[in-house]
Amino acid sequence: MRRSVAAILGIVGGLLAGAAFIRRRAVKRERADLYFADGSMLSLTNGSPGADRLLPKAREILRQVQAP
Amino acid sequence: MIVDAQKALADLTEISSQIQAAVVFDSKGKVVGSTLAEPSRADALAKSAAELLATAEQIEAARSPLTQVEVATAEGSVFVVRDEQATIAATTGSNATVGLVFYDLKSALRSLKPKPAGRKPATRKTTAAAKKTTPKKAPARKRTPRKKPDAP
Repeated sequence: MRRSVAAILGIVGGLLAGAAFIRRRAVKRERADLYFADGSMLSLTNGSPGADRLLPKAREILRQVQAP
Repeated sequence: MIVDAQKALADLTEISSQIQAAVVFDSKGKVVGSTLAEPSRADALAKSAAELLATAEQIEAARSPLTQVEVATAEGSVFVVRDEQATIAATTGSNATVGLVFYDLKSALRSLKPKPAGRKPATRKTTAAAKKTTPKKAPARKRTPRKKPDAP
């Protein structure tokens, strides 16, 4: 009985950890890259002030395009 | 340019399977080509892309002009590339090959540029006097009997 409970808890814990990992990866991947005429590039990762302004606009564009 | 833009976008979507939708617009925001069927949606996409570009410019206003932007979200990515004449905006799914998409967008934008004006072939000036005159006939050639070289 105890073994089966432990096994179920282990599976549930593993699923939660996996889901959290996947979600974190997906969130981490969100970024904005700006390329300038002089060849320089600026990468703004999710959470930075610049990215916080650009990411919602990009989501809005994607929603517009993907809407049926 | 509208026909060129539509053709460039048709070529773009044929070459790049990653691109879901794309729109080309000029410096005033006027849409010159789009892969979207409805013009209102193309206008909205162009407007939003222009806003995105303007926001990106505000972030780093001190730097040299902004030429390209890529914003990657969990739902997909938005690419904007611009030059002196036009801007192209495109959307892709997530995990797009960034370099390849930028290359295809720049190629599409380059194909829109008008070809450099070469030298026009010289044309004859036609004046009223010249029009009136009838072309001179070539003088009739006298027919001379051919002599055979071995003739006596």
